[in-house]
Amino acid sequence: MQAKNKLGLVFFPAFDWAISPRHPEREERLLYTQDQLFEEGIQDIAGVEFYNPVPATEKDVERVHFAVPDVKTRFSKSHMVSMGGAIEAFDLVFSGRAEKSFALVRPPGHHAQRVVYGDRGFCVGNIEAVGLEAMRAKYGDLRVAVIDTDCHHGDGTEDIYWNDPDTLFISFHQDGRTLYPGTGFLEDAGGPGAYGYNINIPLPPKTGEQGYLYVLEHIIMPILAEYKPDLIVNSAGQDNHYSDPITNMNFTAQGYAILNEKLNPDVAVLEGGYSIESALPYVNTGIILAMAGLDYSGVKEPDYDPVRLRQDPRITEYIKELSDVIYERWQKREILAEKEYGKQKLVQRKRNVFYDTDGIMENQTQNFKVCPDCSGLNYIDSRSDWGSKIKGITIPRDACTSCQNEGYELYEKSGSGLTNVYLQDRANDRYLAK
Amino acid sequence: MLIGIDMGGTHIDGVAIKDNKIVKTIKHPVDRKDLYQTILNAIYDLISDLDKTQISRVNLSTTISTNAIVENKTTAVDLILQKGPGINFEFPEIAAEVNYIDGYVDHRGKMVKDLDYQQLAALKKELTQHQDLKQESNLAENLKHDLNTSQEKNLAVVTKFSTRNPEHEKAIAEYFANDYYQITQGHTLSGRLNFPRRVNTAYLNSAVYNIFQEFANNIAAALREVEIDAPIYILKADGGTMPLADAITRPVETILSGPAASFMGMSALFDNQMDSVLLDIGGTTTDIFFLVDGVPVFEPTGITIGKHKTLVRAIYSVSIGLGGDSCLSIVNSSANDDLAARIKIGPERKGPPLLFGGETPTLTDAMSVLHKLDFGHLSAEQVMLARQGITELAEQLSLSPEDFAEIVLTKAAQTVKNQVDSLLLRLNSQPVYTVREILADRQIKPAEVKVIGGPAKILAEYLEQEFKLNVLLPDQFQVANAIGAALAQPTIELNLLADTQRKILIIPELNIYEKIGSRYSLDEGRKYILRCLKQAAKELSDSKLATEIIEESSFNMVDGYSSGKNIRIKAQIKPGLSCAIEHE
Ligand SMILES: [Zn+2]
Ligand SMILES: [Zn+2]
Repeated sequence: MQAKNKLGLVFFPAFDWAISPRHPEREERLLYTQDQLFEEGIQDIAGVEFYNPVPATEKDVERVHFAVPDVKTRFSKSHMVSMGGAIEAFDLVFSGRAEKSFALVRPPGHHAQRVVYGDRGFCVGNIEAVGLEAMRAKYGDLRVAVIDTDCHHGDGTEDIYWNDPDTLFISFHQDGRTLYPGTGFLEDAGGPGAYGYNINIPLPPKTGEQGYLYVLEHIIMPILAEYKPDLIVNSAGQDNHYSDPITNMNFTAQGYAILNEKLNPDVAVLEGGYSIESALPYVNTGIILAMAGLDYSGVKEPDYDPVRLRQDPRITEYIKELSDVIYERWQKREILAEKEYGKQKLVQRKRNVFYDTDGIMENQTQNFKVCPDCSGLNYIDSRSDWGSKIKGITIPRDACTSCQNEGYELYEKSGSGLTNVYLQDRANDRYLAK
Repeated sequence: MLIGIDMGGTHIDGVAIKDNKIVKTIKHPVDRKDLYQTILNAIYDLISDLDKTQISRVNLSTTISTNAIVENKTTAVDLILQKGPGINFEFPEIAAEVNYIDGYVDHRGKMVKDLDYQQLAALKKELTQHQDLKQESNLAENLKHDLNTSQEKNLAVVTKFSTRNPEHEKAIAEYFANDYYQITQGHTLSGRLNFPRRVNTAYLNSAVYNIFQEFANNIAAALREVEIDAPIYILKADGGTMPLADAITRPVETILSGPAASFMGMSALFDNQMDSVLLDIGGTTTDIFFLVDGVPVFEPTGITIGKHKTLVRAIYSVSIGLGGDSCLSIVNSSANDDLAARIKIGPERKGPPLLFGGETPTLTDAMSVLHKLDFGHLSAEQVMLARQGITELAEQLSLSPEDFAEIVLTKAAQTVKNQVDSLLLRLNSQPVYTVREILADRQIKPAEVKVIGGPAKILAEYLEQEFKLNVLLPDQFQVANAIGAALAQPTIELNLLADTQRKILIIPELNIYEKIGSRYSLDEGRKYILRCLKQAAKELSDSKLATEIIEESSFNMVDGYSSGKNIRIKAQIKPGLSCAIEHE
C-alpha cells in the first residue's frame, strides 16, 4: 500500500501521564487508538512515517503564553513534550520531510489562552499555537487558517489569534449555551486589528454528518477560497462523535474522514475526544487514511448505523439559515467592524476566565491599541483569585516602530503593585519578564 | 558436545564444540538441488571421527523454508480472512485465493459480530469442490502424478484482533479441520498486533509447511540411522532455536536464520560489553548488525522476506551489496575530478575475482595489488592477472594501481560507514510512547566495530579511519555462523493481556484464553507469565534458561460507572549463548 500524500505522524500517547486516575485525560486515552493503528498495520504503509516529539523550549511557549509565574513552574515535562509533538508535526511539513502531518499527542491545548494560571478544559499549553508560532519564528510570515473541528469551542485559540488578521480562526462546535466552555457565539468576531477573522459556528445538539458537511461546504470552503491561506491547520478534536460521553453530537468516523479529505489540511493536531474505545480508534484511522489520500470507505464504527444517526430535518433547516447568516457576516466584515469599534483608539475587553480543571478564577482586561500602521500594541491586565496580579504586553509580529517602542516603554514603567510583568516582543522574537 | 550446522547460499559450515572449545570444523559447498543431502553430508563429515554418544544437541540453521519461498516451491494455500471494519486490505503479494468472511472482534477482544455459519457452509462447498475438481483433472491428465501432493492443500485462517480473542480463528479452523492437510491459525504465530503481517505470516507458514515437514522427518530419521539420538533444534531469525517438533508446526519461524547465526557467532567470538556495530563482510554482501546493552537490536515488528512483511521475530540486520567479489568499474560523475566518485564498487557480483580466474576486477583484486592478501597459495601468475586488471582501471583515471587500490579500499569503508550512519539515524528515532522515554532519549552510540569475514582483516584499518573507533577482529571467524548456530538457545516471546473489566486473560502464543477475577493485578500477571514462560522453557530445553519481563503496563480503564485494569506484559527467554568460547 502506498500513500498518495507523504504523511508524517507524531503519535505520542503519553502512556505515563494523566490529570488524575479516573479523569478523561488519562493514560488509557490513546491506548485503543494505538491498538487499532497497529492492527491495521499503518506503520507498514509506504509514505506514512512515525516521528517522536522533540520537547518544546521555554521560548516556544513564551511566544504564545504569559505563563504565571513562569514556564518552568506552570508547565510539566509532559506538557513540554506534547507541545513539542505539535511543533514537530508542523516542522515535518515545513522542512519537507512530509507533505502532510498529524500530531496525535496529548495533553491537548485548544482551551489554553494567552494568560496561563493553570489547567482549563484539560489544557495548559495551546499546542497548535505553539507549533504554528514556532514555524513563524523559523520560516517567516505566514497566512494561516486554523479550523477547529473539536466539539467544544476553541476559546484558547480564539483568544490567542483574536487580533491577528494573518490567522483566520474558524471553530465549529456544539452551541455554547449547551456545552463547556459556554462561549463561541457568532458575534465574537475578533479584535479591532482582525475583525471578521474569528468565525464561530455554534451548532445545535444532535448535528450529524449532514450538518457538519453542509457547514464545511457552505461556510468553511468558500471562506478559505477567498482567504487563500498558505497553510491549513485542523485543530482536530474528535468529540463530535455520536458515542462521545461528554458532548451531544452525532458525527461519525466516515464523517471525519470525508471532512479531512475535503478540508485537505496540511497539519492536523489532535484535540479532545473522549470516547476512547468506540470512536477514537476509528476516527483516527479514518483521518490518517484521508490525509494520506487512501481509501477510507471501510473505516466504520462496529455499531455504525446511518439510519439511527440521520439528522432531524429541523436541525438541517436551522443549520442552513445559520450558514447564510455566518457567510453574510464574513462578506460584510469591514462594515461590521466599523459598527463594532467605530473610531475608538483603545478597545477594551473585560472577561472572567475560569480554570475548571484547576479551580482558579481569573479576572482580566485586554487592551488593544488601534494603530493605522500595524495590528497594534496590546496588553492584558489580569489577576487571579490565587493572588497573582500581572500585566502581559504583546508587540505583534507586524508591529510598527512606534508600537514597538511603546511596548518597551510600557514594560519599563510597569511593575508597582504587580506580581509579574511580561513583554512578548513578537516582532523581534524576544521575551522578557520581571 | 554441541553440534552446529549453518547452511548458507553457497557454503555449509559445521562445528563441534566441547567444553567451551572448538574441536572440529568443516566447510562444504551447497548443492542447491539437494539441500537435504548437503546437510547430511556435512553432518557425516563433521562427526566422522568424533564420539557420537557425546553429542548433547544438534542445532541446524537451514535455508529450506527460505528457499522454498524465494523459489516459489511452496504448497497451495487457501486463505480465510475476517477483516472487519477498517482498511480495505488486498493482498497482491500473496499467490492464493483470499476469501473474506463476516464477523468481527474489536480491539478489546469483544465479539461485535458473530460468524455466519451459512456463509461458512457455502464457502466450504466452494473451496472443497475446487479441490475435488482439481484432483479429478490431475487424475485424468497425469495418472502417474502422486495423488498425495494435490490433496495436500493447506489453509490459513486469520481474523482481525485474533490476538485479543482467538475464538473465531479457532471455530473456523475446526469447521474446516477435515478439509485440509494442515491449518494455520494466525494468533498462534505471534502475540503482536498487525493484521496484514499476521495474514502474510500465517500464509507463509502453511505454504512452507509440507516441504519443511518432509525435510524435518528425513533429518530426524537420518540422524537416528547414524545413531545420533541428541535432540535436534532449528535456528530462528531471532538468534534463538526451537525444537524440531515445534519447527514442524511453525516452519515460518525458520526463515532467514542465516544472519542470526552470523550475529550469534560474532557474539560468541567477541566480548560484548560495549554498544557496537557488527559487520560480516562476505563475498557478495556485508551484513550489518547492532549490539546494545549486550543484546541484539531486533526488528521492530518482524522480518521481511521478498514481498512478505511478517511478524517473525528477527535480529535487526541489513545487507548491502559490498563484499570481496564486488566488481569494480569506472563511471562518469558530475564531479569528474572527484576520483572516488568515479569508482563504483558493486553492488553486484559478476563472478570471482581475477585472482581466482574471474573476468572482472573486484575488491579482492584491489587488495592483492597492495600485497595485503595472505592467501599463501597464490601463484605469481594469479597475482599478475589481478594487477593487470586493476592497472587497466587505474589508467582510466591516470592513477597508479596502488593509488587506485587505496582509493577503492577507502571508499569501501566509507560506503559501510554511511550505511551504518543512516541505519543508526532510523534506529535512534524509533517511536516511543512515554514521557519518560522521550526525556531519557536513549541513543545507540556504538563504541566499537566488530568485523568478521574474508575481506575483514584488510578492510579493518580503513574502517578504523572512517569510523574513528576501535575495529576488532576475532582469531577464528571462518565458521562463525556454525559457531553461532551451535551455541544458540531456545527463545520465545510471550504477550499477556489481562482485561479485568471483561475478566479475560489471553496469551495468544500459548493459546491461553481464560477467565480471571476483576481484581487481577499487574503483579499476578507478572508471576503468571513468568510461570508460563518457565514451563515452556523447560519443555524446550534441559538446561535452565533465563527469563525476563521486557515490557509491562497497567492502564486504568474507566467505562461509564465500571472500571478496571488493562494489563499488558511482554516476556521472553533472555537471548544469549549456551556457553562461552575460550579464546586462545
Ligand atoms: Zn473538546
Ligand atoms: Zn503600530
